[in-house]
Amino acid sequence: MSRKYDRIEFTKEMKNEYTILCPDMAPIHFGILEKIFRLHGYNLVVLKNEGSSVVDEGLRMVHNDTCYPALLVIGQMLDALNSGNYDTDKVALMITQTGGGCRASNYIYLLRKALKKSGYENVPVISLNAGGLEKNSGFKITYKMLMQLVAAVAYGDLLMLLNNQVKPYEINKGQSQELVNTWIDEIGNRFEKNDAWGLKNIQNVSKEIAQSFSKIPVNRTNKVKVGIVGEIYVKFSSLGNNRLEEFLHEEDCEIMVPSLMGFLMYCVENGVIDYSLYGGSWLKSKTMSFINGYLSKVEEATSEAVRSVGNFVVPSPFMHTKEIVDGIVGLGCKMGEGWLLPAEMVELINLGYENIVVAQPFGCLPNHIVGKGVISNIKKKYPNANIVPIDYDPSATKVNQENRIKLMLSVAKEKINEPEIKESMNFEKSKELILQK
Amino acid sequence: MKIGIDVGSTTLKCVVLDENDNMIFHSYERHFSQINEKTIALLEQLKNEFPNMNKASVAISGSAGMGLAQRIGIPFVQEVYATRLAVMKEIDNPDVVIELGGEDAKILFLSNGMEVRMNGSCAGGTGAFIDQMATLMGITLTQMNDLAKSYNKIYTIASRCGVFAKSDIQPLLNQGASKNDISCSIFQAVVNQTIGGLAQGRPIKGKVVYLGGPLTFFSELRRRFDETLKLRGICPENSLYFVALGAAAYSAKNSDIIIDEVISKIKNSQAGVRSKGTKRLFSSEEEYNEFKIRHDKNSVTYIDPTTYYKGAYLGIDAGSTTIKACLISEDENILDSIYMQNEGNPVPILRQFLIDFMTKYPQIKIKGSAVTGYGEELIKNAFSIDIGIVETIAHFTAAKKYRPDVDFIIDIGGQDIKCFKIKDGLIDNIFLNEACSSGCGSFLQTFAQALGYDIADFARLGIYSQNPVDLGSRCTVFMNSLVKQAQKDGATIADISAGLSISVIKNALYKVIRASDASDLGENIVVQGGTFYNDSVLKAFEDELGKKVIRPNIAGLMGAYGAGLYAKHNIKGNTTTIGLEGLLNFEHKVRSVICGLCENNCTLTINTFGDSRKFIGGNRCERPIKGKIKETKYNIYDEKRALLESYKPIPGKRGKIGIPLALNNYELLPFWHTVFTMLGFEVIRSPFSNREMYTNGQHTIPSDTVCFPAKLVHGHIEYLLNEGIEVIFYPCLTYNFNEKKGDNHFNCPVVAYYPEVINANVERTKDIIFINDYIGLHTKSTIVNGLFKALKKHFLDIDIKEIRFAVECGMREYKLYQGKIRNKGEEFLALSKELNKKAIVLAGRPYHLDPEVNHGIDKLLTELGVIVISEDSIAHLGKRVETNVLNQWTYHSRLYTTANLIADYENVELIQLVSFGCGLDAITSDEVKEILEEKGKIYTQIKIDEITNLGAVKIRVRSLLAALEQREKEGEQVEQKI
Repeated sequence: MSRKYDRIEFTKEMKNEYTILCPDMAPIHFGILEKIFRLHGYNLVVLKNEGSSVVDEGLRMVHNDTCYPALLVIGQMLDALNSGNYDTDKVALMITQTGGGCRASNYIYLLRKALKKSGYENVPVISLNAGGLEKNSGFKITYKMLMQLVAAVAYGDLLMLLNNQVKPYEINKGQSQELVNTWIDEIGNRFEKNDAWGLKNIQNVSKEIAQSFSKIPVNRTNKVKVGIVGEIYVKFSSLGNNRLEEFLHEEDCEIMVPSLMGFLMYCVENGVIDYSLYGGSWLKSKTMSFINGYLSKVEEATSEAVRSVGNFVVPSPFMHTKEIVDGIVGLGCKMGEGWLLPAEMVELINLGYENIVVAQPFGCLPNHIVGKGVISNIKKKYPNANIVPIDYDPSATKVNQENRIKLMLSVAKEKINEPEIKESMNFEKSKELILQK
Repeated sequence: MKIGIDVGSTTLKCVVLDENDNMIFHSYERHFSQINEKTIALLEQLKNEFPNMNKASVAISGSAGMGLAQRIGIPFVQEVYATRLAVMKEIDNPDVVIELGGEDAKILFLSNGMEVRMNGSCAGGTGAFIDQMATLMGITLTQMNDLAKSYNKIYTIASRCGVFAKSDIQPLLNQGASKNDISCSIFQAVVNQTIGGLAQGRPIKGKVVYLGGPLTFFSELRRRFDETLKLRGICPENSLYFVALGAAAYSAKNSDIIIDEVISKIKNSQAGVRSKGTKRLFSSEEEYNEFKIRHDKNSVTYIDPTTYYKGAYLGIDAGSTTIKACLISEDENILDSIYMQNEGNPVPILRQFLIDFMTKYPQIKIKGSAVTGYGEELIKNAFSIDIGIVETIAHFTAAKKYRPDVDFIIDIGGQDIKCFKIKDGLIDNIFLNEACSSGCGSFLQTFAQALGYDIADFARLGIYSQNPVDLGSRCTVFMNSLVKQAQKDGATIADISAGLSISVIKNALYKVIRASDASDLGENIVVQGGTFYNDSVLKAFEDELGKKVIRPNIAGLMGAYGAGLYAKHNIKGNTTTIGLEGLLNFEHKVRSVICGLCENNCTLTINTFGDSRKFIGGNRCERPIKGKIKETKYNIYDEKRALLESYKPIPGKRGKIGIPLALNNYELLPFWHTVFTMLGFEVIRSPFSNREMYTNGQHTIPSDTVCFPAKLVHGHIEYLLNEGIEVIFYPCLTYNFNEKKGDNHFNCPVVAYYPEVINANVERTKDIIFINDYIGLHTKSTIVNGLFKALKKHFLDIDIKEIRFAVECGMREYKLYQGKIRNKGEEFLALSKELNKKAIVLAGRPYHLDPEVNHGIDKLLTELGVIVISEDSIAHLGKRVETNVLNQWTYHSRLYTTANLIADYENVELIQLVSFGCGLDAITSDEVKEILEEKGKIYTQIKIDEITNLGAVKIRVRSLLAALEQREKEGEQVEQKI
């Protein structure tokens, strides 16, 4: 007798009748993704439910020492099933599956365990993955869809980047966010008309987007610039990071969040790095190079759009971040966010965002290494870096988290407002100077 | 004038400065969470003191001040920042500031590149921690400081967090270690925690300034810092007020604020709307009364001993914080009982109880006695008790008497939670809390005290809470900060009390029992343990389960009652129990010595009682008690260690190369040793870990939440560096050997990449050749190529052929080594069948072999007469298992295979060792449990960290063995009946 649970396949019939629920991560990106899936006949709903019932469900159904993202994502889906808003006989769930040495590749299994425990074992779970791990006859990512998804990630990054740089300075409060929402709908429409994907279209639409943001009236003042890096879910999701972005906005900061495209390219690039470290399939390595070649062009298309309107900070291309991490951590470090996380920190510092929040789930394994583990290396190279790692978990309190962030901000604000104190901080040095004189 | 207010987690501090920045007022008081009230009172006081001041500049600081400042629109300054402002003003050329507060610890490096560090969310409190420890010992804080002045020795107390330290201190207390020594050790633990957790490799030197409550009040804490840092720090005059001073200085930027307006703003301010809140416990007085009446029905009869003339049985439960005892009659009623705090020493309390009973009722003869609980050994020796039994059996015996059809027993005591699931009258499953989530009952108590309440009053308040605070279900340290948050949001004491009760229950249900559904627990549930006297806790449990449960009126006495029953059922002959005369001439002396019989050097506490009775505590093995005991024969852990030790350095042409014996090297040593010996290196490995090694490396650990085996790596590297080794080989290994038992063959992220952490954080590796390249172990060619690339950078003459040959030899040796272990595994399996002896697979990871990691649990098992097997010694016998999780890590695949394999062996059980903080085991443990339980085996997990307290482990293992024995007995009886 097999002890393995039977996997419920998502069939063709289901495609027409079922609602597919998907946890939210990055609201802008997922807003666009939702539209693409709908365009292709999937009734996808990105979940927005929050509150203590989400966490409670997670705590009840998932081992409490599992990482916080798993707990939240699974809790959010179970909470949605419990809510009565969906016919549980006509609903499927979708979750990403990455593979790799991090325990995150186990999320889909933990979800199935939790479903079984909660009596939802008949709800099919669709694995969204790039490696063809699990197949479903009713769910197929076509070429066109794939290209659209790539475009969606690029647009998501672009909107996020521009919004982050306009919102703190806008004269009419709310204008930037409104424009983001307008664009999410508009991009959906363009996909429908088939003129939003493919390199050429991406270039054009990106320019339009950049131009529209550059027209928002702003009052540029000197604000504290904060970068956010971290575990991919906690970094993007306000549910995961206790509304970190909102908090930083209230504290009068400008924020920068490295792109989702960067993460995708990192995953792809690891195929190339693996080949150079361990050998293996040449063809696979070349394929990966080819994919990243294309993604680089897409990335450049959006960057060029931002550059063309001026006044905005433009992040370096992904391939550059791969270079700047040299001497901080090895490129073979590829579990979880791996080498990308410190690379993003260095990139942020180079862009002038030297105050950094490292958002990580409590006890996240890769983050012991690439988060807290290598910060000292970064500080040695960039003494001005002002980095604070923050742990997130169901019981970590907002007050503790905010207190530590405020400490980081106090130091940052001081540097902006009173350069003379900055001098006095190095009074050992100045003392020496005086003595020399 | 400038006013600086510092609202800390436990205290409210205020200073007023005049125009010339002279301090003209200062105050310091505990706020007991009543922040609004206390602040108003403070401002009123200021108005009286300075009648002419109606305007001033004001700023607020402190962890609990953030919410207040926001609500009333007063500038807020982060407290570490405020400290810095004040220090720069008040002190000439400071280098380092160490500030300990109620719950925070901070270090500020001011010279040579400013840096501020604050404890992470896990490292727990310091002031609150000392408070808790004082309560635990039943002494005041002043007494504690005085006691610490004359100490003989310092015990090792886990410095990671309060809960861990507590589990170290408790057994010390129970073993009778002197309070002088413990007090001093507690201060030392705080020092280690601060230095280890915060300095992270940066040396503390120069002019060091001590600030904050604990460092101001405890001269001995300062002395511990001085001695550890080898310097003399200064504690300035106003050391309590630096945050407040900083706030006052910060306030200077702000326009004048009218005090009266502030007062009225606080009065009118609505505390922030609390988004989180849970259902209230009782909706009405009637509901509470109905609840009371229902539970009062469950009572055991007390009979009057004056009219009783037959024999009696004594049952004792020497718990972690309380001592419980009862005398039961022949018809199993209670004659007399006691339930008291043990105040660190249960012996005199029990002695008085027995003397009183025996003098008052000389006609009653004690016919037998049994003792259970943490203090079992001590009490057994002190009073010549007949039998010592494990707690699970005591509790089960009592509950069964009470409710023969009981399905589930849950006992929440002062320090631990014990739950048993009963199936067909037998213990089917045991759940004990992990060291991490302990402190259940005593936690409520210390919290009540911290807020200025007696526990009974505190519990009563919870009953009437309108809106209980949601405090989550993690460890107590987290609860501390959640309470802080609730206070900030304006929760009442009642809400906090109810919230704490609910979280104790959630912790028990979801962390300890891991229940997802009330039906998991069965129909008839008996709750016991002193904590359930708290009606809020009881109601929270019923609410959470959605089911009514039974609380006996002797809930807190059930262990003692069960022990009494056990004595009555099992003692047939004469009792050894101490008599009245013995009690009256009773003498109890305690001294401590270092054992020295082996390299562990345990600190022993020797208790002597009057004549020749003696009890030794603190030992990890039985040697100091029984003399040199014969070598334990069937222990694979010993065999593996001996095998690893047989790889000795062989001098070669290329000089020395160091290999840290940590993490995966516990398995790879035979491989690397052979490879490098063949290449002409003299391979120097670090020895098995010990405490000293850990402490030596502690200061370079960047993440305080990483697992203990990883933290130990730092000590091993330091060892090699101190040995003068100039080449250290510690490669990053994403992939492990492929044993084809899983879908992939990864190492866990920490094992794979820890060399990166060493490289980044151990400065001295920069002075030597530190080889931490990425090498793929999954195929021969990746090893050869990877190794070649890594070595040729430093050894130009090395060529690939040489390496290929060395790797081939290494692989052969590794196979050989594995073969030896596997042979042993097979041999032991066969032996267990042949001798009809219990064998236990102590399953974990290769590094659980390290005696400092496993704390001698393997030896403990052999002493209990068990054959010890490891998972890697028999996994090869099993087939690949289908799992419901992704089976992609080499070490973990072995776990699944082994669990599946032994499920078919009658005499073999499995105990899984899990290192605290191991994220992967959150996944593996559930799966291993499922595999075992599907086949009717009991799953036992032991969580280990840096703590050295084996008490809890012993209870767990003994419970398992007792349950198995009981199963067997019943099995035989059934057979006989047939």
